[in-house]
Amino acid sequence: MELSELWFVLIAVVFIGFFFLEGFDFGVGMSTRLLARNQNERTVMVNTIGPFWDANEVWLLTGGGAIFAAFPHWYATMFSGYYMPLLAVLLCLIGRGVSFEFRRKVENPRWTNVWDWVIFISSLLPPFLLGVLFTSMLRGMPIKEDMNMSAGFTDFINVYSLWGGLTVTLLCFLHGLNFLSLKTEGEIRKRSAEFAKKVTVAVLGSLVVFVALSWFMTDIFEVRRIPELLLVGLIVAAYIMVYFFNLKKREGLSFTMSGLGLAFTVSAIFVGLFPRVMISSIDKAFDLTVYNAASGDYSLKIMTIVAFTVLPFVLGYTIWSYYVFRKRVSDKEHLTY
Amino acid sequence: MDAVLLARTQFAATTIFHFFFVPLSIGLVFMVALMETLYVMKKNEVYKKMAKFWGHLFLINFAVGVVTGIIQEFQFGMNWSDYSRFVGDVFGAPLAIEALLAFFMESTFIGLWIFGWDRLSAKVHLACIWLVSLGTILSGFWILTANSFMQVPVGFEMNKGRAEMNDFFALITNGQLLVEFPHVLTGALCTAAFFVAGVSAINLLRKKHIEFYKKSMKLAIIIGLIGSIGTALSGHTQAQYLVKTQPMKMAAAEGIWEDTPDPAPWSAFAIINTENHENKFEINIPYAMSFLAYSKFEGSLKGMETLQKEYTAKYDSVVGEGTNYIPPVKTTYWSFRLMIGFGVAMILLSFAGLYLWRKGKLENSNIFLKLLLPAISFPFLANTAGWIMTEVGRQPWTVFGLMTTADSISPNVSAGMILFSTILYLLVFTILLGVMVYLMVREIKKGPEVGHGVMAKVTSDPFKKVGA
Ligand code: HDD
Ligand code: HEM
Ligand code: HEM
Repeated sequence: MELSELWFVLIAVVFIGFFFLEGFDFGVGMSTRLLARNQNERTVMVNTIGPFWDANEVWLLTGGGAIFAAFPHWYATMFSGYYMPLLAVLLCLIGRGVSFEFRRKVENPRWTNVWDWVIFISSLLPPFLLGVLFTSMLRGMPIKEDMNMSAGFTDFINVYSLWGGLTVTLLCFLHGLNFLSLKTEGEIRKRSAEFAKKVTVAVLGSLVVFVALSWFMTDIFEVRRIPELLLVGLIVAAYIMVYFFNLKKREGLSFTMSGLGLAFTVSAIFVGLFPRVMISSIDKAFDLTVYNAASGDYSLKIMTIVAFTVLPFVLGYTIWSYYVFRKRVSDKEHLTY
Repeated sequence: MDAVLLARTQFAATTIFHFFFVPLSIGLVFMVALMETLYVMKKNEVYKKMAKFWGHLFLINFAVGVVTGIIQEFQFGMNWSDYSRFVGDVFGAPLAIEALLAFFMESTFIGLWIFGWDRLSAKVHLACIWLVSLGTILSGFWILTANSFMQVPVGFEMNKGRAEMNDFFALITNGQLLVEFPHVLTGALCTAAFFVAGVSAINLLRKKHIEFYKKSMKLAIIIGLIGSIGTALSGHTQAQYLVKTQPMKMAAAEGIWEDTPDPAPWSAFAIINTENHENKFEINIPYAMSFLAYSKFEGSLKGMETLQKEYTAKYDSVVGEGTNYIPPVKTTYWSFRLMIGFGVAMILLSFAGLYLWRKGKLENSNIFLKLLLPAISFPFLANTAGWIMTEVGRQPWTVFGLMTTADSISPNVSAGMILFSTILYLLVFTILLGVMVYLMVREIKKGPEVGHGVMAKVTSDPFKKVGA
């Protein structure tokens, strides 16, 4: 395997990590309006992700940084090409980050309510926009010979990309509900498990449509038919298991399965792209690939050494922090946020 | 305005804003870690209260620091895509390493620290805050590695019109980095020290929680002394390095048009005419410039006119005929003066504090305490001035000697889009700054005794038990 191929895989892994982790805290953010009935419940929900959300977000920053370092052309084309959607994502992440810290700094329900709205909106939009971004990438964007992309409105926003955005949002929402039933007790725990059942059905429905759309609108089933079909099978199986474990009240397993569902979905996107990183809708010859967009070998070698030295530590203390805060959160204790 | 100017404006506005919070985060978390260490060693509850109170202010600041940083990470690709293509190979690596090594550490351990007061043993909890501090310092190291490459490019070779890394070790031992990193760190210590000192002064003037704020003030004075003397010393080494590596920046920072006499005087004040290349009403301190540049009382500096000729011979083949290599002189000159002025003021204030402490008059000397209130702003202004000098003085280059700012922007992003995003950022920044200042003032008024929200109980929640 060439180093640039390895880095494509590593970047995929980082995005899997991002959707697995930040996926549930986006979902919890959505639940603060879709599930919670009052401010007290919102407080409990926010505190289930309190110690984790910031580190989860760093997976996205790492993904961006890794693309920059390993595939400068990919970074340049994607970030300048998706200017407006990324601007919206950025503004959401700004609002979200401060809201957790600010929401109960003033003991006034109105104050809290304002920041809670920010949390809701900024947990709903980013997964949607990132879903739009990745699916439109799969379909191909108008990238010219000089590697620059100048896309019009319908290149970003069309039936396929909107459906992709919706699907990713639903996947995160379900993952968040599963996290809540795992991390809370009493009323919220029961309600999120109940709600998760309905959302699982919606997820399966939207996935079927999405696969059908992908069949016609992209070339991923031509380029990688067997692996893609395999992944589709795994995704569907994972969400059926979510439903099953939910019925059996096995919250941990249900959560694991919705996480795997996200992981397989991200994998399907990256498998469909490979070896391209950005598909040109103008001409195949203008595609950016892992070969023509990559950094030099020396740079990749250094990055590989650093990544394989540091990543085990990161994973180690991340797991430790989930272990420290393994207990369920309830309003009978001190809640920080 | 054209796209280049707008992109520059956006970069300037967002980095300056980010760098309001950065040094306070770096410095304050270090001080909080010291306080908690004192608590764990001496078991004195006052230190725990200090760690919580100042830690609480730190957290509010940290939140804004984090979210303003996220913009920076995306901005290179969004506004400066040609730059990113050109140097991504060298420049991306430190950024990616920063995320991997520093951001994960900061964010994970800050979570453990905030939520872990009751769940972790005292020692483990203390280790967490030290790891956060280490994380902020590492983060500074890696981003400054990237920045230093732009000032003094090393460890690369040109390949197919792109800069490619060929020596990672050279990148992280860049001479520029070795002088820039200590300067930024000591600047961060100043920032936190004068913040803690100023807030303590407000309360000492009001005769509130005297013991608590006196202890805080003493720690601030020690850190302030280290920080302010440290910035001056490291700034001095930076100036010496600058004369060798970017003589044009130094000449602009001094308003030197023609080569100076030997020994060179330091210009304390001048009215600069950039059209005619001359200065009026100069106030000069003899010998001082030679000392700043060479650590001895002799030696002259080249002027901008000489340097323009030298650069033309050297770089016109890279960037085209007739390029003006002289950066905006007045901005560079005055930001340098501001930084040094505030630096000197902080050294004097720190020594005054030390003197009053020795005399046992710290809480009674109203003049000193009142001086400390405006002094909260000094390090913030010095930091901003420092970056403006460093970055504006480097113009017209983004990467010195390799790529100009005008060539760095995204060709497919329109001026309108940049203007739109800049306006949105500025709007959001205004709100953020307003809310943050409001919350800080509130917390400071509440004081150390009550409701340090790190431990705020849900029983204070008016919605407790409603419908649960
Ligand atoms: C010398 C220090 C320094 C400098 C010059 C910069 N930063 Fe910064 N940055 C930090 C020191 C720091 C920090 C201390 O690590 C922060 C600031 C406050 C904080 O909360 O963490 C941070 C936060 C921060 C974050 C959020 C991290 C998180 O989610 O935890 C990002 C993405 C960046 N920064 C990126 C940048 C970029 C791309 C810069 C260059 C233009 C930059 N910063 C300049
Ligand atoms: C280490 C963190 C950095 C800080 C704190 C910083 C700070 C600044 C400041 C204060 C300015 C203002 C100049 C002005 O007012 O015009 C500026 C300008 C600029 N910086 Fe940096 N910078 C940093 C890193 C970078 C990096 C990594 C880039 C890479 C593209 C960069 C590129 C620029 C450009 C293109 C400008 C516009 C030039 C100008 O406006 O004069 N800087 N920066
Ligand atoms: C007291 C005497 C000081 C001297 C002689 C001095 C010198 C310098 C010099 C020469 C530079 C430019 C380096 C370059 O372009 O490569 C610089 C940059 C800078 N200074 Fe200072 N400085 C002083 C005080 C301070 C203080 C008190 C602060 C903040 C509290 C500060 C913060 C900065 C910052 C943030 C930068 C930009 C980053 C960098 O290039 O290091 N400086 N300083």
